[in-house]
Amino acid sequence: MNLTLHVWRQRSADEPGRMERYLAEDIEPEMSFLEMLDVVNEGLIAQGLEPIAFDHDCREGICGTCSQVINGEAHGPLANSTVCQLHMRQFRDGDEIYIEPWRARAFPVLKDLVVDRSALDRLIQANGYVSVSTGGVPDAHAVPIPKINAETAMDAAECIGCGACVAACPNSSAMLFVAAKVGHLASLPQGRVEAAHRVCAMTEAMQREGFGGCGNHYECEAACPKGISVKFIAQLNREYLKALPGKILGK
Amino acid sequence: MFHPTLFRNPVVRKLLMAFSGLLLAGFIVAHLLGNLTVFLGPNGINAYAHHLKQLGPLLWVFRGGLLAAAGIHVSFGLLLTLENRRARPMAYYRNKPQRSTLAGRTMIYSGLCLAAFAGFHLLHFTLRLLGPEITPWLDALQRPDVFSMLVIHFRLAGFVLVYILGMGALYFHLSHGLGSMLQTFGLNNARTLPWFGLLSSLIAALLAAGFAAIPALIFFGFITVQGGAA
Repeated sequence: MNLTLHVWRQRSADEPGRMERYLAEDIEPEMSFLEMLDVVNEGLIAQGLEPIAFDHDCREGICGTCSQVINGEAHGPLANSTVCQLHMRQFRDGDEIYIEPWRARAFPVLKDLVVDRSALDRLIQANGYVSVSTGGVPDAHAVPIPKINAETAMDAAECIGCGACVAACPNSSAMLFVAAKVGHLASLPQGRVEAAHRVCAMTEAMQREGFGGCGNHYECEAACPKGISVKFIAQLNREYLKALPGKILGK
Repeated sequence: MFHPTLFRNPVVRKLLMAFSGLLLAGFIVAHLLGNLTVFLGPNGINAYAHHLKQLGPLLWVFRGGLLAAAGIHVSFGLLLTLENRRARPMAYYRNKPQRSTLAGRTMIYSGLCLAAFAGFHLLHFTLRLLGPEITPWLDALQRPDVFSMLVIHFRLAGFVLVYILGMGALYFHLSHGLGSMLQTFGLNNARTLPWFGLLSSLIAALLAAGFAAIPALIFFGFITVQGGAA
């Protein structure tokens, strides 16, 4: 396969970037999208040019590092997939492919396709956890949890923190990311204790980090490589409504 | 009590939009029910207008609440739009929306159209500053002759066009807004998710069509001064 790539190139966070055109030649359909970029980069290095910088780590669809918007879709055209699990057989010979970084004020571009996603880490630091004194591992049946709650919590806990929800959201909102964490922990007895504080702290942190607000467009759900449902955003709204009286009365 | 950070919270802002939107939508439903009295002829809508006027101070309480809801909805709508634009300083070269609708992405524009329409509508039918004057303004039973005003004004293509376009904006705005409101109030779950969007469009279409039917039917001669509702 021969392809034409239009790739966002930006030398550093402080310099303006632009789209540049590259040819990707002799690409095998079995290659992953990242392997295709590896081939292009080898060609660039052989010519003495700066290779395209992109984030990648596990290359098995679980780390959420490969943040690229491909032809206007976060993680490319394949549903429920990361870029590393997107294979070139999804494209046709002669295709033009536009590759851009996540675009959000909260995710500044560091270089080319690499963005700084530590804003998501700071959201987790805003009580996106359960405060526990570590000790011995409790017995599995010590805290009974209904099956349906365990399933809900696990569905939300699938979030790999890739940021595709933010990249796809017309408002660059991180509401699905926050909702996945809130929904995961609020569905379990261990997480209920801090549920009210968590939903307030995490949504406030989201505003501070410069993410936009949720407009219920549901682009996040469509882009999520783990298929996390926007029902968790509804759950977050319920959790917030529950927390609101305490918040207004100053607890 | 109300810490200033409270109104910066993205969920609080969503809730304010949803709640003020609910009040406005509730008003729209009541307004449509009132409008339907036109089909009863002059005795229907003129009596309705007369009773509304007789509410006196109560009417002003109602108008005050409506104005407050509209003020919150418009000002937070503008604020949120500006903030959301700031959250993505650079647009994508290629952007392929998957789930969002054109109506959802253009809420600010349909909203501003509705605000402009509401202003026009107030000048037109509430303050009666536009279009041919109706003399005498009171009918034989000393009630405002709303029926004659409607039937005379909606024979004019310009007015009909403005009202039909306004109702187009209403459909567009509510088709996203109603479902969005249910999600914001946390009433959505996995089972209701696929239906709320559809329900939202359906209710929006019914409301817009109900309003638009009146100028359309008058324009095409189905409702006349002599005959009342044909």
